Amino acid sequence: MPDTLVALYVFVLACFVGYFVIWGVTPSLHTPLVALTNAISGIVIVGALLVTGAEEASSGVEILGFFAVLLASINVFGGFLVTNRMLAMFKKKKK
Amino acid sequence: MEISANTQALAYLVSAILFILSLKGLTHPASARRGNFLGMLGMAIAILATLAGREVQSYGFIIAGVTAGALIGGVLAARVKMTAMPQLVAALHSFVGMAAVLVAIGTFLNHQVAGTLNPVLMGELSAGIVIGAITFSGSVIAFGKLQGLISGAPVRFAGQHALNAAIAVAAVGLAIHFAATGSMVSLTLMTILSFVLGFTLIIPIGGADMPVIISMLNSYSGWAAAATGFTLHNNLLIIVGALVGFSGAILSYIMCRAMNRSIVNVVFGGFGSESGGGEAAGAVAAEKGVKTASVEDAIYWMEDANRVIIVPGYGMAVAQAQHALKELLELLEERGVEVKFAIHPVAGRMPGHMNVLLAEADIPYDHVFEMDEINPEFASTDVVLVVGANDVVNPAAKSDPSSPIYGMPILEAGKAKHVYFLKRSMRPGYSGVDNLLFYQDNVSLIFGDAKDTIEKMVTELKGGGH
Repeated sequence: MPDTLVALYVFVLACFVGYFVIWGVTPSLHTPLVALTNAISGIVIVGALLVTGAEEASSGVEILGFFAVLLASINVFGGFLVTNRMLAMFKKKKK
Repeated sequence: MEISANTQALAYLVSAILFILSLKGLTHPASARRGNFLGMLGMAIAILATLAGREVQSYGFIIAGVTAGALIGGVLAARVKMTAMPQLVAALHSFVGMAAVLVAIGTFLNHQVAGTLNPVLMGELSAGIVIGAITFSGSVIAFGKLQGLISGAPVRFAGQHALNAAIAVAAVGLAIHFAATGSMVSLTLMTILSFVLGFTLIIPIGGADMPVIISMLNSYSGWAAAATGFTLHNNLLIIVGALVGFSGAILSYIMCRAMNRSIVNVVFGGFGSESGGGEAAGAVAAEKGVKTASVEDAIYWMEDANRVIIVPGYGMAVAQAQHALKELLELLEERGVEVKFAIHPVAGRMPGHMNVLLAEADIPYDHVFEMDEINPEFASTDVVLVVGANDVVNPAAKSDPSSPIYGMPILEAGKAKHVYFLKRSMRPGYSGVDNLLFYQDNVSLIFGDAKDTIEKMVTELKGGGH
């Protein structure tokens, strides 16, 4: 099976996982959900690392890559930290 | 230490599972923090496995980028006010979009050097660029609207949809040409047009439809990551992109359903700009008039009530009234009054916005209820306090088929014995529809800043005047 088809299989199956997992999320946590998925979509950092660190990367690509790494890391760090900050505020009634 | 491609693939698998468990953690507030930590762990494994792989040969620019990004992200996360969360999220979405565009262009240039370009790859690259660019410029506009840098009002002009369609068709045409020929000119034009399209798609959408827009751009940022995964043949990016893409899509659907509107209707607009239904409501206003009440009136009914329900809306966020509400909650509970909070799914500027603000004010989440849970309780409630909400309690949504909000599920506040609206003015909600509830006999308005009014209530309850 060609690589692109394998990728398509993975993609479609992951969509189903996403569908079932997300419906379980409680509405009161929808803002943290958006922030967390935001942090997780910072996974493009992996792409940025591969492009920037590649052997054939010219200095132009390295500079492009630097900005990609920068933006994606802002997402990763900012996203996870702000989610943590929000979730820490959700408390049950103190008895 | 360099790891083999197989080890790296296994590490990516572990990372993907951690991300799924991370999202699963958000099923309940009690498991949510652990979920977030699993997400961090998944991300750390993904980054380390990538750096240790054989593809990454130089580290200088990477270390610089990650360090700067960590600093900026850390400061943003620590400093942002909870009321400004929608803006932060919009800004972060734009970063993912731009990163995806940069990665796609970088991938193209790398393959050009290596001489390994092919039409399938270039097609995938085009998808990454188009989705990433739309995510970027759309999120920038959303940010500008939320931050008040540009008007939140919908911007509409004749031929708007035809223009958007033309841009989209042109971008796809250029993408096909680029995939077939590798033409740099097509690549550049396609990129520019995609940035323009993000701008023209979001500019006509009003500020109050932001919960849908935020969710939609959240979804796009996921698809952008997935498209990047296709170009790099990286299954982790594909899996994570699909998860995030679906998450945003489901949220968009939930938000639309809560307004009884289709996603097409939100994206292509037509809301709040027309005056349909306004006349009927205006006539009712002239007939009946609206009662106003004082803080003392409201307290008179609240202090001996069995149950009080508070309905917060975007006005609570604007007035920063959540902390005063916490005090009110405590004082009423001391008197044996049961206090609950009722949240409409589209209250605020992003999904779940009100819940976070109440949590920030230390209001326990077991006092906070979703619309379907709490609607049956309004009829047996003594006092409802509506703090900066409007359309979400408007019975016109049920009774007036000519109203633009007809069919939208509402919080049935009007069924309570006494309803007090804390309002700044008689201005209608964002839909531009007059609120029929104002004219009901059991409903009064208390004019003034919501925070001031609640603070006065707190003073009154503490025994001022008694």
